[in-house]
Amino acid sequence: MHTTSWHSVGPSLDECIKCNICTSYCPVSAVTDLFPGPKYSGPQAQRFRESGQPDTPDQAVDYCSGCRVCNEVCPTGVKIAELNARARAQIAKEKGIPLRNRLLGRNELMGRIGHYAPRLANFGLHNAVSRFLAEKVMGIARQAPLPYWSTDGSFGAWFKRTQKERLHARQKVVYFHGCATMYYEPFIGKAAVAVLEHNGYEVIVPPQNCCGLPMLSNGEFAAAEGYHQRNVNSMAGLARGGYPIVGTSTSCTLTLKEEAPELLDMHSPDVTALKMGVWDIFEWLRELHEEGKLRTDFRPINLKLPYHAPCQYRAHRVGKPALEIMALIPELEIPESHARCCGIAGTYGYKTEKYQIGMDVGEELFQFVREQGDDVTMTACDSETCRWQLEHGTDLPSRHPIEVLAAAYGLYDLETRELTSQSNSM
Amino acid sequence: MKRINTEILVIGGGATGTGIAWDAALRGFAVALVERRDLTHGTTGRYHGLLHSGGRYVVKDPQSAVECIQENRTLRHTHAHCIEETGGLFVVTPEDEGDFPDLFVQGCAETGVPCNEISVAAALRREPLLNPRISRVFEVPDGSADSFLATHATAQAARQAGARILTYHAVTGLLVTGGDGDKRVVGARVMDAVSGEEIHIHAAMVINATGAWAGRITGMVGIPISVIPGKGTMVAMNHRLVNTVINRCKMPADGDIIVPVHTVAVIGTTDERVADPENLRIEPWEVQLMLDEGEKLVPGISRARVVRAWAGVRPLYQEDYTGDSRDATRKFALLDHQRGHGVAGLITITGGKWTTFRLMAEKTVDLAVDYLGERQPCRTASTQVPGAEQGHYWLGHRLHEIEEEHLQGELICECELVTRTMIENAAKRNPTVTLDDIRRDVRLGMGPCQGGFCTYRAVGILHELARQAEGAGPTEEETKEGTERDAAWEVAYLQSPRHNLSADERPARDEAGLQPNLLLRDFLQERWKGVTPILWGRQLKQERLDELIYLNLMNADHLPQTGEKSPLTDFYLYDATPNEQTEAPA
Repeated sequence: MHTTSWHSVGPSLDECIKCNICTSYCPVSAVTDLFPGPKYSGPQAQRFRESGQPDTPDQAVDYCSGCRVCNEVCPTGVKIAELNARARAQIAKEKGIPLRNRLLGRNELMGRIGHYAPRLANFGLHNAVSRFLAEKVMGIARQAPLPYWSTDGSFGAWFKRTQKERLHARQKVVYFHGCATMYYEPFIGKAAVAVLEHNGYEVIVPPQNCCGLPMLSNGEFAAAEGYHQRNVNSMAGLARGGYPIVGTSTSCTLTLKEEAPELLDMHSPDVTALKMGVWDIFEWLRELHEEGKLRTDFRPINLKLPYHAPCQYRAHRVGKPALEIMALIPELEIPESHARCCGIAGTYGYKTEKYQIGMDVGEELFQFVREQGDDVTMTACDSETCRWQLEHGTDLPSRHPIEVLAAAYGLYDLETRELTSQSNSM
Repeated sequence: MKRINTEILVIGGGATGTGIAWDAALRGFAVALVERRDLTHGTTGRYHGLLHSGGRYVVKDPQSAVECIQENRTLRHTHAHCIEETGGLFVVTPEDEGDFPDLFVQGCAETGVPCNEISVAAALRREPLLNPRISRVFEVPDGSADSFLATHATAQAARQAGARILTYHAVTGLLVTGGDGDKRVVGARVMDAVSGEEIHIHAAMVINATGAWAGRITGMVGIPISVIPGKGTMVAMNHRLVNTVINRCKMPADGDIIVPVHTVAVIGTTDERVADPENLRIEPWEVQLMLDEGEKLVPGISRARVVRAWAGVRPLYQEDYTGDSRDATRKFALLDHQRGHGVAGLITITGGKWTTFRLMAEKTVDLAVDYLGERQPCRTASTQVPGAEQGHYWLGHRLHEIEEEHLQGELICECELVTRTMIENAAKRNPTVTLDDIRRDVRLGMGPCQGGFCTYRAVGILHELARQAEGAGPTEEETKEGTERDAAWEVAYLQSPRHNLSADERPARDEAGLQPNLLLRDFLQERWKGVTPILWGRQLKQERLDELIYLNLMNADHLPQTGEKSPLTDFYLYDATPNEQTEAPA
């Protein structure tokens, strides 16, 4: 199993000094007794786990949402969320993985299948009968905010179709779009390309597949390893060539940067090259801004836009770069949420037994949005599933900060989520 | 002064002494056992936890190897729940050259120790942290054992067979009749360490099972015997690191075993002759040596977190032997003082090792039978002690039981998963004079924080019990009931959260004299003693937090106290006197 490295996840349990700070911050154990808390399930329970025991010692670890609040607040550096992810993988290895978790782990496959006939797929998924069946048969909560397939074609198809219009320049940047942008929200990718080109960069979109995170979250480590290796094969050369690899999905970039190598104990030179070359798109734009190279020809956006930084930013350890960049936009008012988590935590909140926990966790955030007043018409967050959860919990549309930035450049319509004619003529 | 009459008086509540009480009681003798502190407080409770397959001795001490494999099989049946079937590996590291591995294989064959050579790759799959540069690996049926639980379960079995077990009763002298030439030991003067009461226990046979302290008892009747106290220092790592017992395949030496026992991995041991078996001071070089040697088996282990270091003293008996304690035999010594020294009524059993305690007890009672007359045959090899029906110990059982019974909110000691009711029942069902007694019962304070959090919670519980006990002094009827109830104590299940779902409903009368605040400081002092020798890195961070809790958050230094001492307050004080030998041997 993946426990061979002294410097990886396993030995970090030795850092725990039992202070319980993680327990007092955990958003999940605050709303349910089903999760005994990060210290309990992480460094504490880990001392009692061993493969091949007569019985699985603890199933409760499955209720960890993986939000990583614990990692952030831990004063001694225990990799608690990762310890929990590995414990889940061990249970999955011994007890098998339910079909539901396999499906949720393969959102790329689902995306691809649906995108051939998106209207049919949307109808097939989003009607009361099939949601009822999905809940009863598979345990996918009927109210949970599942995404809609793009009826406008995939991001990949758009990028290929508009190849002639794309900017060609000496400066190049690689874009990792992720599955959600590919099949459900191609407009995020369009906004990203528009912003990057507006700043004079040619955008390269190499062949890529799912980052593997949904599989890691559901304990399917062996499958995740294959996915990650294929991404490494495709992009390590670009990383070595010095091209920054940026992504709009904070969870995908985190997986490439850290989660996959660490959880899977993959430490080849290629894996490390990719890891070192990946950036969250706003982390990179902020760097650009610090070098004085980011264009700041922003139009004012007269809007009150509550912003929630997704949990993955904590693990990126880069602060809140999207907030810093959006703050440059004139007239844009951004109340910042300090809620711990929206509750969806990737695929966590989709599961029937965890849906209500996810909503209870998210209540802190929904409440914050409601408190901003009636003049709030939309919210912002960098992560796709968090946005869907935010929309579900507040009934307000939610946008990615890259959409906001593209709008500020006058390249994008925040309401219709379409590129403006100005950008098309670029 | 109280007087007790019995047939056999056993002195010493370690593995051997309780084993003798159990064996003799099963054969139909009236038995009393006295132990001056808690059961296992001496050497038994300070060993590394290895259930020997015998592999360690096949070359050097074949007789011991034969005894070990026989007892290994026996204890797996009689004390199943005290044993974890970890298996063991003997590995040849690059430093272990020569023909020892071949001698080892031959020795295993000759002594009947099952030994199976496996590939290095297979060994690394099983134990990924093992040194990849090892050249050969042999699999043997080693295991790990909980010597606290095993001794309590044996004592419980002895009680059920009618034996009286008196802890915190110290022998102050032997009762002797006759003069030179026909001296006979007829019992012992015993002092109740808690009440101060003196008791005379009269017995037809006194069995001295005090291990490294054996010379002190025989010295009371002028018999000099040479038991070398061989101090062994061990360090416990914060988590298991290995799940199989790892031995170096070479002549037994210092630091050549790693034993996964409960939640920790123990590296053992040094072996130093010391003058005084109470001298348990640990020198820095001993800790360093354990880590350096451990590094050869598991590279990187010296950078992992050490939770604690401790030392125990082996009783090594060798007539007229003055050499190095490592070279003294591990065979046990049964001394018939009537034949040897012309003093009747006294037998000494010493030497040996934990794995062979049952056999030692059997041989000892056999000798007593020579004088007291035949009763029933020995039955300990086939009789299970209470609790054995639970099957073998497995690492996750507490975690599993806590989850199944939803006890996460009941935890007092979070590191070792000890619930409130486990502590209450330990305090009520097992004689409790110090918090350390409860530690041995349920593993309170044995995890990473070394009592830094749970001590205060446990003391709160003891305060409650002490308050309930006030004015609940025992009536004569209750005392009689108490004796009967002692026999029904379920100490064998003390370590199981599932078996302690509800607190014992009996009145908390035994806890009337407890002084919880004194016990709190005693216990933290005792824990501190074991942390001091390894105070660096992550355990130093832990202790800093523990210190802040003690001094600032709880202000425990200013707790009201009566100024009295517990029987162990002095023992727990940190001894700063250096040993004779402060340098590592060349």
